[in-house]
Amino acid sequence: MNPKEYRYTQEHEWVCPESGKVGITDYAQSQLGDVVFLDLPAPSTQVEQFKKMGEIESVKAVSDLFAPVSGEVLEINQIAIDEPGLVNQNPCGDGWLARLKLSKISELDALMDSDKYDEFIARSGEEDSE
Amino acid sequence: MKLARHYLLPDISQPGKTGCSLPQLDVPPSELPPEELLRRELELPEVSEVEVVRYFTALSKLNYGVDTGFYPLGSCTMKYNPRLHEDIVQLPGFASIHPYQPIESVQGALQLMFELQEYLAEITGMNAASLAPMAGAQGELASILLVKAYHQSRRDKLRKKILVPDSAHGTNPATAAMCGFEVSTIPSNKEGNVDLESLESMMNEEVAAVTLTIPNTLGLFDPQIAEISHLVHGRGGLLCGDGANLNSVLGKVKFGDLGIDCVQVNLHKTFSTPHGGGGPGSGPVCVKASLAEFLPSPLVAKNAGGYVFTTPPVSIGRLGASYGNFGVMVKAYAYIRTLGAEGLREVSENAVLNANYLKEKLKAYYYLPYARTCMHEVVFSGKKQKAKGVRTLDIAKRLLDYGFHPPTIYFPLVVDEALMTEPTETESKETLDAYIDAMKKIAREVEENPEILHTAPHNTPVRRLDEVRAARHPDLRWRMGNQVKITNPKH
Repeated sequence: MNPKEYRYTQEHEWVCPESGKVGITDYAQSQLGDVVFLDLPAPSTQVEQFKKMGEIESVKAVSDLFAPVSGEVLEINQIAIDEPGLVNQNPCGDGWLARLKLSKISELDALMDSDKYDEFIARSGEEDSE
Repeated sequence: MKLARHYLLPDISQPGKTGCSLPQLDVPPSELPPEELLRRELELPEVSEVEVVRYFTALSKLNYGVDTGFYPLGSCTMKYNPRLHEDIVQLPGFASIHPYQPIESVQGALQLMFELQEYLAEITGMNAASLAPMAGAQGELASILLVKAYHQSRRDKLRKKILVPDSAHGTNPATAAMCGFEVSTIPSNKEGNVDLESLESMMNEEVAAVTLTIPNTLGLFDPQIAEISHLVHGRGGLLCGDGANLNSVLGKVKFGDLGIDCVQVNLHKTFSTPHGGGGPGSGPVCVKASLAEFLPSPLVAKNAGGYVFTTPPVSIGRLGASYGNFGVMVKAYAYIRTLGAEGLREVSENAVLNANYLKEKLKAYYYLPYARTCMHEVVFSGKKQKAKGVRTLDIAKRLLDYGFHPPTIYFPLVVDEALMTEPTETESKETLDAYIDAMKKIAREVEENPEILHTAPHNTPVRRLDEVRAARHPDLRWRMGNQVKITNPKH
């Protein structure tokens, strides 16, 4: 479900170190509900790790999107902007949001791998149901 | 329940039908403007008078509001507002005056404003109040502008941040951002209070103010308020209150005693003005003496010759063209004078009692994330039901089948699958019991027949609306003549 080669944040974003693509996880999209609008930074914008880079609007709420790594926005996924349902259907694939040029590869060390992320969401689920 | 058939007027339009007959023309017709200036014939529906009457009567029967049934959105949307106030506000001395007539001729109106300022200052425990803000959000705006003016007057230029708890009203961060402040979010702790450690680490010389919704959107009163106040003031910040939830603390707690420096009061919510359709509102801002000189104008003062409008020495200025929403002030004044101190206290006691009654009766059926005494509203989580594949949205839709308006859902955001219920003070035990009964039945349906929830509502004029499609592909234009004929759906 959560690709092995990606890295994950506690705010439920992922980044693919290879391609520089970023998006939200399946867990995030299931919590948000149907996504209806994406507000993404324009190409060539510089984003900073863990700082707000955009917004995702679902039928429930508007949520901030945080940059999993620092870098320059190379492109944004116009298809997902036109069809936000893609983020629900395939958040780690076609529903990617932006592609970044990573400026600090070492920042990836601050993120979780897929095993750690799976544990992380399992743990937050438990805390919730106490 | 027999439901009125719903249709649009053009559906029953017949060429040549008319609802009025004009007398014969008995003067010479005047020249029409040149052709190019004339618009095309408007395609208005052609119907008789009785058809128009029936159409709008049928529409009005589809309405649901606080006059038709229990409405657990609470004072946020609209609590019950005494009918008497509608009569009072129509008195010619209030309804027929003009903002620009000489103030000697409207002394009664000014007296009402002056006394209302005094009452609100007393109720909130503040030193001064301005009635100028036209709604709650504008009252919040005024609060934050006052904060800005205060720090600027002290040449304290570092303070560019405002801290807002994650359980605050959504308008709080929006207001701060609108005034040019950076917003940082203070997390809540396990009990639903402000996490003091986080506040301790975030509160520094860059923070202009901390904004607290009291009680917060979880319906909880933060017992650490004195420590919060001490911490914020000790580091040079101001403490702003959001008084939108005043309905729960009238005559019980004064914001001023809690260390709050400024707070807006939503007169239309707590003090009874019908506003469910988006207005009118009134959001007076009440402040401690340290902020009084910045208050928005006009204020009403009393001198030897009578009542006059004044502007504080370094006022943040005007927030509207004239004197605020006067009609709302009249109703608030009437509410305060009719109930008196004892009555207002009872309003809050009953509002809090009703919410806690719902909490106790339903907590075995719905998960209660913060299991402690609540104030005027109780927040459940639909997570037990979610585990069975039923979402809070389904529960809300199913309530419609039982004849109740659903409570607020998916807010506050800090609660998963939130169901926020604010019964208000006016509901009887019988009404609350009927609601509790419906909620219990729904909880049983989740176990026994979840499908009935997925497909709810079943008994309403329209079934479940496609919110996703409405948000993704909104069709905001309706064109005459090219509409789809609506047929009567089966009920």
